[in-house]
Amino acid sequence: MSLRRRVLGWFALRPGAAGSALVGPGLFWLLVFFLAPIGLMLAYSAMKRGMYGGVEPGFTLEHYRRFFDPLYLDILFRTILWSLVCTVLCLVVGYPMAFLIARAGRWRQWLLFLVVLPFWTSFLVRMFAMIFLLRDTGFINGLLLRLGLISQPIVLLYTPGAVMLGLVYGFLPLMILPIYASLEKFDGALLEAAEVLGARPWARFARVIWPLSIPGVVAGALLTFIPALGSFVTSDLLGGAKQVMIGNLIQNQFTVARNWPFGSAAAFVLMGVVLLAVVGYLRRRDAGGLLS
Amino acid sequence: MNGPAVQLKDVVKRFGAALAVDRVSVAIQPGEFFSLLGPSGCGKTTTLRLIAGFESADAGDLLIAGERVNDRRPYERGVGMVFQSYALFPHLSVARNVAFGLEQRKIPRADIPARVNRALELVRLDPVTYGPRMPAQLSGGQRQRVALARALVLEPRILLLDEPLGALDLKLRKEMQLELKALNRTLGITFIYVTHDQEEALTMSDRIAVMDGGRIAQLGTPADVYENPRTAFVASFIGGSNFLSGLAESLGDRRWRLVGRHGTFVVRAEPEVVVEAGTEVRIAIRPEWMDLFPPDQVPAGENAVPGTVQEVIYLGETIHVLVALDPGEVVTVALRNEGQLIKPVPWTRGSRVAVAWLPEDCQVLEPDA
Repeated sequence: MSLRRRVLGWFALRPGAAGSALVGPGLFWLLVFFLAPIGLMLAYSAMKRGMYGGVEPGFTLEHYRRFFDPLYLDILFRTILWSLVCTVLCLVVGYPMAFLIARAGRWRQWLLFLVVLPFWTSFLVRMFAMIFLLRDTGFINGLLLRLGLISQPIVLLYTPGAVMLGLVYGFLPLMILPIYASLEKFDGALLEAAEVLGARPWARFARVIWPLSIPGVVAGALLTFIPALGSFVTSDLLGGAKQVMIGNLIQNQFTVARNWPFGSAAAFVLMGVVLLAVVGYLRRRDAGGLLS
Repeated sequence: MNGPAVQLKDVVKRFGAALAVDRVSVAIQPGEFFSLLGPSGCGKTTTLRLIAGFESADAGDLLIAGERVNDRRPYERGVGMVFQSYALFPHLSVARNVAFGLEQRKIPRADIPARVNRALELVRLDPVTYGPRMPAQLSGGQRQRVALARALVLEPRILLLDEPLGALDLKLRKEMQLELKALNRTLGITFIYVTHDQEEALTMSDRIAVMDGGRIAQLGTPADVYENPRTAFVASFIGGSNFLSGLAESLGDRRWRLVGRHGTFVVRAEPEVVVEAGTEVRIAIRPEWMDLFPPDQVPAGENAVPGTVQEVIYLGETIHVLVALDPGEVVTVALRNEGQLIKPVPWTRGSRVAVAWLPEDCQVLEPDA
């Protein structure tokens, strides 16, 4: 009997086994490469710091206590604030874009291609490109000087504005794509129905288009907000040392400061914030669903 | 109200190079159940959308209650519309769907629930049971009723319906046809109904405009368009028809002798049909107006063409006999079923027969536009 027949025969006798066999590899992957490192980090965050990096045995909450120092809380709150602002800006810029693309007829495919195009290069390269755009001798200052609009280069790089620009630029496609997906399958007859019932353009948007695109907006907001919270490349490259986000703090603890327990504790606080935001949102949405 | 509820005067609509509506003129009377009937692409839906205000006419005038409304938005025309896909708002409950138009028109909040309930009762949906449901929880027929209630709650003067029963099964469709007709009668609202289903149009309409290639091919009561089709298109689109032709010789008093390859017939033209002597003229004969006889027993005064029975088809109410005429064509003759077990049709495959009809029972056709 061939191996193939034997394997198939074995599964034929055990109907439940096929499902387990299909889920198995993914489950194994998550357990080993996701849950295990997180468990390790959780353990590290409650252990003593080793003399030369690493950890020493023992249980302590000092790293968590240390994090609630105003210095670090400040960074955390700024990170949350920036991520929120970034999400809102992405929504404000991305929604109209998604709306127009969904309505662009035969240009649709090309416009979508342009939205996705930046993903073909690495995030790092894109942030470096922003430096070339923003620095004193960069494209924007060069253009303004040429046009005689300014006589001195204006400082664009290493400012909060530069970080925000980088974040919005980096995450905008993640906002556009889910909103586009929710608007693309939109039935035009709904708008005609609304119009003949008396809805003016604004009411058609507010009462019909917007409510039906909320799933896309939520997906886009989560896809933007969560990576923005954890980002460190953007603030590092475009913000210089002055615009530290929590991602920079964590990265620093693991690399330069070699304080793994504190880095782990900070990472867990950040994860807690993300979980609170997502769970809080989902519960609110559920309540809203019951009300309406 | 005096004058027509809706009037189109030489209305033209182009999409690029294609002429969707070609100089259509029609006056629809208040309270009338008016159908636009035709195959897909004939311009019936575009005509409806022009009346609704979703399309704007390239030429011609559109009047509602005597006022020119070409430049008015859909919500300024006093029309309601029921869409083919129902177009219910999926995120709103049945009651909120029906309330949508009232809210948009700034009806006092306190009056809305009562009007919503009345509209739902009008379409025979219990407001308590169905009001809180979401559209996704309804069957196709129920959705259709909600769509109807949503349009009727605003008490429009004119209700536009775009193939509203297309997605329903046959039994439900028949039921809704009668209900729509009853609503039209009791509410006194003008119904303008688009369909490609000739039977549906015949069942419900006061008048039917049969459309073809963007033009109205024929306008009349169901009996008019069925019994006096003016063109071959109308004759074949509404019900079945057999077509024969011949060169016309005048016999006077609208009577003509046609001489063609099927023999010689005598026909009578309707007063409005223009026939020129010496030209090739086509006639249409409904299958149920033809009869079959043994070849040598055709009654005097009837037209007859000899042929051979090709097939006998049992349809229940009628028996269709397909006869291959000697010169070639196949015609369908519908015989009333008088009980095949007691009084069977005497013809079988291969029987030699004469297909016969009276000069009054055929239609002299105008050439198609």
